[in-house]
Amino acid sequence: MGLREYIIRRLLLLIPIMFGVVILLFAVMQFVDPGIRVTVYIRNVRQMLEVQRYIHVYGLDQPIWTQFYNWLAQIFQGNFGVSAYYREEVLHGLLARVPATFEIVLYSVPIIIFVGIWLGVQSAVHKDKPLDHLTRIFSILGTSLPSFFFGILLSAIFIAQLKWVTAGRIGFSSGTLLSLMIQSGTWHQYTGLLTVDSLLNGNPAFFLEALEHLVLPAMVLVFIQTAVMVRVTRSSMLEALSKTYITAARAKGLSKNEVIYKHARRNALIPVVTISGLLVGGMMTGLVITETVFLFPGVGNWAATAAQNFDLSVVIVYAMFSAAIFVLANLVVDVLYAYIDPRIRLG
Amino acid sequence: MQPSVKEFKFMLTRVLKSPLSVAGLILISYNVILAVFAPFIAPNTTGAALPDPYMIPRDPAAGIWMQPNSPTPGHLFGTTSLQVDLFYGCVWGTRFAFQLGLEVIVTTLTVGLVLGMLAGYYGGFIDEVIMRFTDIILAFPGLILAMVFVAVLSRSGWSTLNAAILSIILIGWPGYTRLIRGEVLRVRGEDYVEAARASGASDIRIMTRHILPNSIYSVIIVASLDFGSIVLTAAALSFLGLGSPPGYADWGRLIFDGVPYAGSGFAYWWTFIYPGIFIVLFTLGWNLLGDALRDVLDPLSRRK
Repeated sequence: MGLREYIIRRLLLLIPIMFGVVILLFAVMQFVDPGIRVTVYIRNVRQMLEVQRYIHVYGLDQPIWTQFYNWLAQIFQGNFGVSAYYREEVLHGLLARVPATFEIVLYSVPIIIFVGIWLGVQSAVHKDKPLDHLTRIFSILGTSLPSFFFGILLSAIFIAQLKWVTAGRIGFSSGTLLSLMIQSGTWHQYTGLLTVDSLLNGNPAFFLEALEHLVLPAMVLVFIQTAVMVRVTRSSMLEALSKTYITAARAKGLSKNEVIYKHARRNALIPVVTISGLLVGGMMTGLVITETVFLFPGVGNWAATAAQNFDLSVVIVYAMFSAAIFVLANLVVDVLYAYIDPRIRLG
Repeated sequence: MQPSVKEFKFMLTRVLKSPLSVAGLILISYNVILAVFAPFIAPNTTGAALPDPYMIPRDPAAGIWMQPNSPTPGHLFGTTSLQVDLFYGCVWGTRFAFQLGLEVIVTTLTVGLVLGMLAGYYGGFIDEVIMRFTDIILAFPGLILAMVFVAVLSRSGWSTLNAAILSIILIGWPGYTRLIRGEVLRVRGEDYVEAARASGASDIRIMTRHILPNSIYSVIIVASLDFGSIVLTAAALSFLGLGSPPGYADWGRLIFDGVPYAGSGFAYWWTFIYPGIFIVLFTLGWNLLGDALRDVLDPLSRRK
């Protein structure tokens, strides 16, 4: 089948998977008694006072099919319930925190991809030389060092001991100044990304401050994910270099660089594409921990704190959100893979 | 049985040749020794009986001061908040890590073997149903779904620790199911399976005597690498407060307890450095071993 058919087929597959995701989450929720479950249905914080009434109103004392239908209807209308812990609507809480998380991701991903691939390729090309050994140590450390330990270490060194930067997204005084500026209209929120917005608002001081607060969280994320990227790229590149067509290309007279960068690397990148899907999952997991360690007000921290306080409405919605992103990422990866390797779409 | 023994010996010599895999083996042996001899290395010196040895015993004479104490001869690694002894915690943490890891691996492997075998051998409707289930669970990033499970189960009265263990099992079985199903599919078409079927062997016999032994290699590699990541996931859950209870001999929990003290820089370095080192040594060992096994069992790089 052509590429277009493959894309359409994969897109259609999304529907049953997301439906299954929703069913799973709903089933899991049934383990909890109605008084807590009702928080997923109610619309505003005031309603929390009359839980019993709302259990009846939202039919939590009705058969399970009715409940499921009601819940789905709610979700399609955009009502994801209220958070008992944060005392706000869940959807609002999620959307308010996505930009912060996205900002970390925005700066981390290019580094992970470019550094990871470059190191992996160089390591394979110069196998068993010092660079290779260093890279292998780096990648082994990266996969063995728990992200939370690395994060705590960095936090203890740079935030607590050296006091180079504070935890969170921006300093305390700047933070209060910022909210004042937003309220009074002197600061326009273009993207919700502090670094971009501060440049657009013509405030380089805020830009620098936002950037320096991004360094540590990004470092933790980058370290772990790059290690994975390097490992995969290296072994994939080694395998590509051992193929017979490489020897043939050299015999044909192609220069070493041409052979490495035009032929071997291109084919070595195929497994790397595959792994990028998993990397997205790893990053989402890593973000939960990293944001918690650095007290970064993103969605990961939001969900982790909610989970600690057993606030189901937030955790469930976060799981839905993560699953949606993960599934989409894997779809993009699969389509890319099918584009690169036509054998896949014909299978 | 002879070829299998020869194969194993060959594998062993290959593994011992690479310095990295030897390092991995040493690390794992060290961890095993710590785990097995924990009661002797870090005995309970408080004199009170312990219902749960993983609940770090507290010396009643030490009181319940919040401040962690630096390492002293009595407390080799110092104490963390509420005078919880870190040496006991870290050593018994090794034992706990193995126990938890084994519980999870055995369960996920068993479930994965059964379901994967059924799905791969019988195909059709059974395969579809099992695959849809795995699809749904694998649609989530692991730790996040585990968080959901722990939150729900804890709300329903489970202890967070048991909830965490069950959650890790629940996110782990689909991976093994798919892996084994893939192997079964690969082996199913082989001639010896056809021959066995033609000679009237029952399904179960075919599955256990023929398909199983030939699908097992990649499962071993994955399981050994997974052991490390299972313990890491458990530690991460404990670090988020979703795992072991306070005062438990669990590295993740100990670091969680040490987090407030990390805010003082290196003033209380032992509260998070020691548990962290233990985690790294554990995970590193398993990663190295898993890598070594993968290199050894990869048919392309053998017999060079």
